[in-house]
Amino acid sequence: MSDLRDLYQEVILDHGKAPRNFGHPSGANRTAHGHNAMCGDTIDVFLTVDGEGRIADAAFEGQGCAISVASASMMTEMLKGKTQADAHHLFEAMHALCTGHEDEADLANLDEDTADRMQILAGVRQYPMRVKCATLAWHTMDKAMNHTAKQDVSV
Amino acid sequence: MTLATVDAIHRARRINGFDVERVRGDFPILARKVHGKPLVYLDSAASAQKPRAVIEAMSRFYEEDYANIHRGVHFLSQRSTDAFETARAKVARFINAAKADEIIFTRNATESINLVAQSWGRKNLGPGDEIVLTELEHHANIVPWQMLRAEKGFEIKVAPIDDTGQIQLDDMAKLIGPRTRLVAVSHMSNALGTILPVREIVRMARAQGALILIDGCQAAVHKQIDVQALDADFYAFSGHKLYGPSGIGVLYGKYALLEAMPPYQGGGDMIDRVTFARTTFKEPPHRFEAGTPAIAEAIGLAAAIDYLAELGQSFIADHEDDVLAYATERLAAIDGLTIHGTAAEKGAILSFTIAGAHAHDVATILDQQGVAVRAGHHCAHPLMDRLGVTATARASFALYSTRAEADALTDAIGAVKRIFKL
Ligand SMILES: Cc1ncc(COP(=O)(O)O)c(C=O)c1O
Repeated sequence: MSDLRDLYQEVILDHGKAPRNFGHPSGANRTAHGHNAMCGDTIDVFLTVDGEGRIADAAFEGQGCAISVASASMMTEMLKGKTQADAHHLFEAMHALCTGHEDEADLANLDEDTADRMQILAGVRQYPMRVKCATLAWHTMDKAMNHTAKQDVSV
Repeated sequence: MTLATVDAIHRARRINGFDVERVRGDFPILARKVHGKPLVYLDSAASAQKPRAVIEAMSRFYEEDYANIHRGVHFLSQRSTDAFETARAKVARFINAAKADEIIFTRNATESINLVAQSWGRKNLGPGDEIVLTELEHHANIVPWQMLRAEKGFEIKVAPIDDTGQIQLDDMAKLIGPRTRLVAVSHMSNALGTILPVREIVRMARAQGALILIDGCQAAVHKQIDVQALDADFYAFSGHKLYGPSGIGVLYGKYALLEAMPPYQGGGDMIDRVTFARTTFKEPPHRFEAGTPAIAEAIGLAAAIDYLAELGQSFIADHEDDVLAYATERLAAIDGLTIHGTAAEKGAILSFTIAGAHAHDVATILDQQGVAVRAGHHCAHPLMDRLGVTATARASFALYSTRAEADALTDAIGAVKRIFKL
């Protein structure tokens, strides 16, 4: 049960229950739809990239478990103000953390709060069947960033 | 309770023919721990655990009698062929088929249904024809028909369920008409536990001259099946849900229908005579069993059937009904918990959601306490859409399930509520 409290930390329960940046902003110019075939979770990520290539706004809509909703919610908070390269770096770090390749997750350039939050989400690596719940939003975001046309992602 | 009364209860149970504690001893895996807790296995509807009798029958076969079948004159090939064909006869008796040759061995129920679609369906369905399914079908009884429809251009009609998860015969009657060639329905829903009124559905199909395929994957485990009394044309199920091994399934078909059906896979074992100009095929069931089959698995399935017969299927059904009723009562008393599937006729399946906790989070938290349940869409997306949920948690009970396990499930759900502060 102590392990479970590591996974279902306060911040995850909070974001899972009351997700931030939930909705479809009209100015979004990068979007992708993500789907987890195993459990049926779905997510739409909406990014608004400004003229300088920075993420001015990040939002999402979707249905899923506490882990996937919290992950999406916390991700949108982390993305604001980031460049495309920053966002891709975050995605790679998150992926590495969740799949147990901590050594490859280059967290040195991240601010402490972001790194902490990513570690919390990465608690899911103790539950291999749930890793995709945490990474779905990130895969979807990465795909959205790399294309101007709407994308579909299946994990 | 005094020791004398406890003893009397035990004796009564044995006279009744079913002692669940003794039965649990037959399943080696039930003794193991998961995350340091005793295993509470409530996922038998996905696949059942195996009694020692099945495991040993298969290893004995490999150690003493194994060879390929239908091909050799040597001693072991004879032994192996006999055991395989004896298994077929046993399956026939198990569902009261008129003869062993009405039993086709497949890999699983999915393959059994695909066989009907690819052989009977490909030959008999075309534009203007209709088939009728229900809203609660497993993907195994939806997708093979959609794939064939894309090629053959017939229509698929879908009978709706009511709020209890049952099919209304009036709705069914509206859909089955003169264009209906096949009605393909589950006998028991894997996601809700609903037992469908298949006898009445068969009668409706008959009245319109349509054939009927019954997906008996779940029902064959919980009920005594009599395909002749049901008057089913096809009946499909999987060995692994029936306490047998994975890799073996069954398609029952009325012999006259099977005789008129073309093969759907070609190869060894299914031919009569091959020349490059022309090949003739064996009679059913061999026509539909191309290549080396799952030999040891057929023998394992036969051992599972023997095991069920020894325990008594009606005692098993009574026991499961008791555990289901008890678990339903306990879960229904939990605040914020919704049970999906409340039909009067139900098998030992309990699907539920908890307000404020997604089914996957529920299943992860239950698992940490040793309680194995399935969470997800149960291979029934259309049904989930109908229920308005993306996923449910499902506890399913088997002959080895106990009231104490229903208590463990209830306690584990308490932990979900504590963690999620519900
Ligand atoms: C009602 C029903 N039909 C079909 C299937 C498919 O069974 P299998 O995967 O063994 O082919 C299942 C099992 O999940 C089932 O419960």
